Amino acid sequence: MKKRLLAGAMATASIAALLAGCGGSGSSQAAGDATAGGTEGAVINIYSWNDEFRTRLEAVYPEVESTSDDGTVTTLKDGTEIHWVINPNQDGVYQQKLDEALLNQASAADDDKVDIFLSETDYVFKYTDADADVAMPLTDLGIDPDTDLADQYAFTRTTASDQNGVQRGSTWQCCPGLLVYRRDIAKDVFGTDDPAAVGEKVKDWDTLKATAEELKAKGYYTFASYADTFRLYGNSISEPWVTAGETTVKVDPQIMNWINTSKEWLDAGYFDKTVKGQWNDDWNKSMSSSSKVFAFLLPAWGIDFTLTPNWDGEDGAWGVTNPPQEYNWGGSYIHAATGTDNPQHVKDIILALTANKDNLIKISRDYQDFTNTVSGMQEAATDASFASDFLGGQNAYEYFAPVAENIKIAPLSSYDQGCVELIQNAFSDYFQGNVDYDRAKSNFETAIKERYPDITEIQWAE
Amino acid sequence: MNKKKQYHLSYAKWGYIFILPFFVTYFIFSLIPLVDTVRYSFFEYYRSGIKEVGPNFIGLENYAELLKSDMIGYAGNTLILWIIGFVPQIVIALLLANWFTDVRLKIRGKQFFKIIIYLPNLIMASAFAMLFFALFSTNGPINSILMSIGLTDTPIDFMGTTFGTRSLIGLMNFLMWFGNTTIMLMAAIMGISPDIFEAAELDGCGSFRRFFSITLPLIRPILAYTLITSIIGGLQMFDVPQILTNGQGNPDRTSMTLIMFLNSHLKSRNYGMAGALSVYLFIVSGILCFFVYRMTNGSNKGASRKTRKGGHKA
Repeated sequence: MKKRLLAGAMATASIAALLAGCGGSGSSQAAGDATAGGTEGAVINIYSWNDEFRTRLEAVYPEVESTSDDGTVTTLKDGTEIHWVINPNQDGVYQQKLDEALLNQASAADDDKVDIFLSETDYVFKYTDADADVAMPLTDLGIDPDTDLADQYAFTRTTASDQNGVQRGSTWQCCPGLLVYRRDIAKDVFGTDDPAAVGEKVKDWDTLKATAEELKAKGYYTFASYADTFRLYGNSISEPWVTAGETTVKVDPQIMNWINTSKEWLDAGYFDKTVKGQWNDDWNKSMSSSSKVFAFLLPAWGIDFTLTPNWDGEDGAWGVTNPPQEYNWGGSYIHAATGTDNPQHVKDIILALTANKDNLIKISRDYQDFTNTVSGMQEAATDASFASDFLGGQNAYEYFAPVAENIKIAPLSSYDQGCVELIQNAFSDYFQGNVDYDRAKSNFETAIKERYPDITEIQWAE
Repeated sequence: MNKKKQYHLSYAKWGYIFILPFFVTYFIFSLIPLVDTVRYSFFEYYRSGIKEVGPNFIGLENYAELLKSDMIGYAGNTLILWIIGFVPQIVIALLLANWFTDVRLKIRGKQFFKIIIYLPNLIMASAFAMLFFALFSTNGPINSILMSIGLTDTPIDFMGTTFGTRSLIGLMNFLMWFGNTTIMLMAAIMGISPDIFEAAELDGCGSFRRFFSITLPLIRPILAYTLITSIIGGLQMFDVPQILTNGQGNPDRTSMTLIMFLNSHLKSRNYGMAGALSVYLFIVSGILCFFVYRMTNGSNKGASRKTRKGGHKA
């Protein structure tokens, strides 16, 4: 009998230990409650896909006290804790977890509610959609976009707005893209590596095509792959992929232009045939000193996170100049989740990170982000201290600023991410000659209907 | 006496209590989701953006829709990919198992080889696929080697052709599973009484004859088991082609398997369509298992064989 009691006690103990493991986060939240006080919740939950936002917040938000060593909890001076919920972007994991949390938002306990979440341009509309109403209009937080965010680039405000023009998010970064070229190749082919002279050679698509022929004659490729130019065309579509309330995907004439030019350029040898798309090993290698690729189309973060690590030669080998067409690539938007129990903190954070010029300039200096302040970036463009060693002493802001001012953001829909991804995949086969044009079209139609079951029809522009 | 009886009774009770956790976890984590899958297959139930659609009952519409889609084509892809991997796998495994168990060959370091051939199975399939993706990319090491020894002038685009991609997937599946099969078949061969081999040898039986007339028939139950598990595994083939082709089944969706097709429905949380596809898969694997089971079990039992023969005559 005694033995049995002992066994029972041990079993209970082990189960209790298991349960305690699960409840770990709960108890720390309770501790937070005790210290915070006030009407606001004690925990701010922020959903993001990497530590980019956290590092920016730590750098410029004055209320930050300290961050735990593992980076999961940041304590503010008033005792409120920021809990970072980080899920990787790969394979849509981030969006899955975020969707799950947002759908349970109404029934979640106050300290488990999502307070702030981030989104990228490719899928920002999924969350700013007025019908979904998961991101709060900024005016409800007490932010007046017309005065508080007046210094932001207009297109970033449009991007973060719903179909009725109500702004539901704000960003600290702005991602105008440039043409980044190899100076040694420019010297070899054009006899000069001066950004103004090279800019003249690539100022529009027709000029660029003639330049591509020159580069080819010397054995160089203009760009690495057809995916490199997609953003430029995809950013200038005149109608959204799917008009609100409809179930038809409309493939814009600009996308058809991309398809036709890409095929023509690939066949002509202006792209490197062995590079299929971006973010793969071949693409990375095409940024090394042994590659024959003349230029890449990248925004500020692209130069920093992609080109610099892949370049194996000396600093100063690359230069930047104007792209053939203005475009924007990327950008992380900060949203206040509907139902947040910390509206005051959320408002403070959004204002500190996206509306405070000094903070934004600091981010630009420390992290090389092109930040969302028109006047600040104009100053940076003429400030020699923003010159980059990697670009041979060139001040990239001089070229970024005018591009940013001229970007006209394409009309968005909540289907953008799938459309952009799948059309590139479907036509990859066509460019490489594996399938004919019609087959590529029907492959896209199949894939898009799989991804979005509510899509009923696909209309192709002539 | 009475006391002892009671002791026995409570012993049985403990038996049930000990197997209870399995049934409880099975019920919660397998049976309920299984029933739910079937139930949702009759519903329109998916997510558009962050908005949920359904569940609305639509009867067999999902099933009809799937039949109209390219599902049959993907089933064909899956079958081809499975055969490409399975045929070399079973041939090599039989050969190796036979050599390793042959007492007259006296192979040294058997244990060593057994470990080596089993090793690829320990690597995660996705890691394996990523490795191959890097090795066989157009600017990858395999192409560099081929070009430097002068076998080809221009890099070969392995993953740009249907043949190349399918062969690579088959090769990976083969490499991952042949060790496992070899060890299973070795166990089966070693289970055969050595007397039989000795007797055969005394009668002057050659090694070919011995393999086809003694080994093969006697390991048939294990062979069948290998076949069944491989078919079920093959039907569920997912990670290798998914990673190698980035989930697209490139080129031209020719290496898209059924589970990849299922997965692309799950991207939109299309539980209805995915459920219907799972039910189809369940039926197909059920039928396949039934056939293989009958085929192999029937001949071992003289009685059932006779009755079947009788049935044929009548």
